[in-house]
Amino acid sequence: MSNTPLTPGVVAGRLSPEEYDRNFGDAYPPLDEHEALVAADRCYFCHDAPCIAACPTEIDIPLFIRQIQTGMPQAAGRTIFDQNILGGMCARVCPTETLCEGACVREAAEGKPVKIGQLQRFATDTVMAKDAHPFRRAPATGRVIAVVGAGPAGLACAHRLAMHGHDVVVMDGRDKPGGLNEYGIATYKTPGGFAQAEVEWLLRIGGITVKTGVRLGRELALAELREDHDAVFLGIGLAGVNALRAEGEAHDHVHDAVDFIADLRQATDKRRIAVGRRVVVIGGGMTAVDAAVQAKLLGAEHVTMVYRRTRERMGASAHEQLHAVSKGVQIITGAAPVRILGDGAVTGVEFAYTAEGKQGLTTAGESFVVPADQVFKAIGQKLEAAPGGLDLDGAKIAVTGPGRTSLAGVWAGGDCAIGGDDLTVTAVKEGRDAAEDIHATLMGAATVAAQ
Amino acid sequence: MANLATDFVGIKSPNPFWLASAPPTDKEYNVRRAFEAGWGGVVWKTLGLDPHIVNVNGPRYGAVWGADRRLLGLNNIELITDRPLDVNLREIKAVKRDYPDRAMVVSLMVPCEEDAWKTILPLVEDTGADGIELNFGCPHGMSERGMGSAVGQVPEYIEMVARWCKQHTRMPVIVKLTPNITDIRYPARAAKAGGADAVSLINTVSSITSVNLDTMSPEPMIDGKGSHGGYCGPAVKPIALNMVAEIARDAETAGLPISGIGGVTTWRDAAEFLALGAGNVQVCTAAMTYGFKVVQEMISGLSEWMDEKGYTSVAEVSGRAVPNVTDWQYLNLNYVAKARIDQDSCIKCGRCFAACEDTSHQAISMSPDRVFEVIDEECVACNLCVNVCPVEGCITMEPLAAGEIDKRTGRPVDPNYANWTTHPNNPGAVKAAE
Ligand SMILES: Cc1cc2nc3c(=O)[nH]c(=O)nc-3n(C[C@H](O)[C@H](O)[C@H](O)COP(=O)(O)OP(=O)(O)OC[C@H]3O[C@@H](n4cnc5c(N)ncnc54)[C@H](O)[C@@H]3O)c2cc1C
Ligand SMILES: Cc1cc2nc3c(=O)[nH]c(=O)nc-3n(C[C@H](O)[C@H](O)[C@H](O)COP(=O)(O)O)c2cc1C
Ligand code: SF4
Repeated sequence: MSNTPLTPGVVAGRLSPEEYDRNFGDAYPPLDEHEALVAADRCYFCHDAPCIAACPTEIDIPLFIRQIQTGMPQAAGRTIFDQNILGGMCARVCPTETLCEGACVREAAEGKPVKIGQLQRFATDTVMAKDAHPFRRAPATGRVIAVVGAGPAGLACAHRLAMHGHDVVVMDGRDKPGGLNEYGIATYKTPGGFAQAEVEWLLRIGGITVKTGVRLGRELALAELREDHDAVFLGIGLAGVNALRAEGEAHDHVHDAVDFIADLRQATDKRRIAVGRRVVVIGGGMTAVDAAVQAKLLGAEHVTMVYRRTRERMGASAHEQLHAVSKGVQIITGAAPVRILGDGAVTGVEFAYTAEGKQGLTTAGESFVVPADQVFKAIGQKLEAAPGGLDLDGAKIAVTGPGRTSLAGVWAGGDCAIGGDDLTVTAVKEGRDAAEDIHATLMGAATVAAQ
Repeated sequence: MANLATDFVGIKSPNPFWLASAPPTDKEYNVRRAFEAGWGGVVWKTLGLDPHIVNVNGPRYGAVWGADRRLLGLNNIELITDRPLDVNLREIKAVKRDYPDRAMVVSLMVPCEEDAWKTILPLVEDTGADGIELNFGCPHGMSERGMGSAVGQVPEYIEMVARWCKQHTRMPVIVKLTPNITDIRYPARAAKAGGADAVSLINTVSSITSVNLDTMSPEPMIDGKGSHGGYCGPAVKPIALNMVAEIARDAETAGLPISGIGGVTTWRDAAEFLALGAGNVQVCTAAMTYGFKVVQEMISGLSEWMDEKGYTSVAEVSGRAVPNVTDWQYLNLNYVAKARIDQDSCIKCGRCFAACEDTSHQAISMSPDRVFEVIDEECVACNLCVNVCPVEGCITMEPLAAGEIDKRTGRPVDPNYANWTTHPNNPGAVKAAE
């Protein structure tokens, strides 16, 4: 194709095939065995290690690193999966600089933490490369549990329930399971079809049936699910997006960032994805960064990310910001969108400078225009609709303890439930803990009934 | 720059760093390159009588590694030189001729018969070599044939062979000792009694470095079997240092020149051997691990340190620490120290806590926000926390001043020296004079 980054408008094929391959290949290639041993040797095997406390799933990090060090990466993988069945995905997508690696004492000592994320990938890859699934199911309990949403929360919950001997039916509105692992995470973090391979590997535990293309609120109703199952877990994520409430949103080439990212993830040939020459991304979180970076990687000439508050308040970590800047994304902070300009197709976005004061965020008089032929809105996702009868806490499903909702027999976890950061690893933790609570509740009841 | 020139039993060398008798000194090519790199002298790889011995044709080394695969210990099942005697003698002569300022000592191992020694000594003398070293140390292979450590473990044999050598050559005689013995002073005394000019130690320590768990055989494995070998490198340094010190402070061997060997890897290791009484050092594993160039760090480091301390000769350093090596019973029991944790350099790994809490005296407290502090009431100053802390200088041992209260015992620190020999708990205590 003859398009280049300079071609005006929104077009596909701005780069050479080699450039696409390079841009969307593994951003952090896996450690080979030698590199893993060198990295593992740096672990101090801390007492009551701060990295463990910093991991939402509380993986025993010093133990698994010592297992790698002693030549037992498969035992290391088992240590990880015991706590986090999606340890493979987490190794790729966790913002480790704010989690485990941020707490590593060698970060304090030398500013160079042990490469926990990459070591975790080394160990989990070793286990997943084997043909066998590392866990067995307990004897069947005869209980059947409905899990709605096949994202990290739902999958972690389903796996733990299956391990305890329950049968699980996982239902998801999309065509493929995986949730944002499949439709959201940046392509270069999880290339090579890893998300589907991981789901397939996880399901090998047995006892889990997956039904796709069925939505709660459309094909499914919560009341019926409760009736037909011993318990229900909701891990439906945040399927809705916040509205910009700025004039001109209806112009052509103004999109939700999450849709752009999902399309990109699903495209087997990235050359077919059209991108603007001048792209503006509105927002300051992980989604904004991923949209901006990937627009750049698709060959956009100028990509500008504009966030209304200060840099410190951005949802994207310092590491993510740096990553965006290193890819050539320009980041503007302290400016809010006023209107989207255009005549049919978008031509630019007008922003006003903001000030943070007692009244919250206010816009002062001065404004500026960033020219754009494509705009991505990344100002947050929200719960699409609260399933009937559930109490909400703000905009999320209210839960207490390990994911108990206001309805008996209904648990919720992951992004859709209140509490925790909106991260893959938090979703896994909440799904896992809800499964343990469901198990305890169901089996405790059985014991009581038997007496 | 400090003058590093040394005179060891009349053998002069520009610095105290000699290559020990081993593969690095097994041929002319190596030794010439070693001298070019700056080594002060060599002890040529041990010669024997023809027919020359043979080596195994499979692996001869095993190893122990630390973090980052740093070689900490090496084990070998190599024997003495496996080249004909006349080839070695010719090469020794050629190298000595071209490097007259370097020390050329020839290591020897022949059967325990006077005739054997009478035969080989004139041949060595003819090369112009500066001295001989009697290899009574090799713990494998040769010992099975009544040589090496089989001789070194019997003081009477050492004395006998040393005496023969002194009778049949004008060259200085150094006796190389094996550490595979209970008390190193006996062979050292025997060497002295036999008239030896010096001892060198240690040779390698009998060892099995690892076991191959697939083939169920010790490493290095030769066709499914392994044999014990000799251990050397950084791991053996503490053993060697102690043995050197034992000889240096023994009344019977005091003043006997010592060539220190065993794990010398840096200038600091060398300085420690010198301080404990060695007149020079010999190096094998460090050269085999990093190449001949390591000597350059040793030379510059030692001279830098000597300048800093104001020492002008190696001889001035030699033996400096010997008066401070004593027996346990003479240690001052009124000396009281406490561990101190420097909060600014603490990285909060908690290893000191785990060590003290689980395995020692429960003398370190841990707060919920990971502040680690020493509990003076419990601390016995054992030093374990210092040793396990990954940050150098973060935990230190601070002595209490005389008169200060030791919170563990509730008693003030006694300013007077008092040791076990007078301690009330010692049933054999000698009553101090009233
Ligand atoms: C663009 C983007 C990038 C991100 N990058 C990272 C990252 O790098 N690292 C990180 O840790 N986190 C990242 N996150 C956040 C992370 O993906 C989420 O926190 C995590 O996926 C939440 O898991 P979940 O299971 O709660 O929800 P989801 O992953 O959103 O899964 C919810 C599932 O429920 C289904 N569903 C929704 N509604 C219904 C319904 N009514 N009926 C049936 N099924 C339904 C959906 O189809 C989906 O499959 C990113 C998020 C986005 C949007
Ligand atoms: C492969 C090998 C062969 C050795 N051969 C001899 C030898 O022939 N004669 C000898 O006296 N010592 C021999 N040694 C022992 C060394 O000279 C030295 O005493 C020992 O390695 C300890 O020093 P190091 O820790 O610096 O290596 C040998 C050591 C090694 C590693
Ligand atoms: S070092 Fe390696 S290559 Fe050289 S002789 Fe030994 S085994 Fe062979």
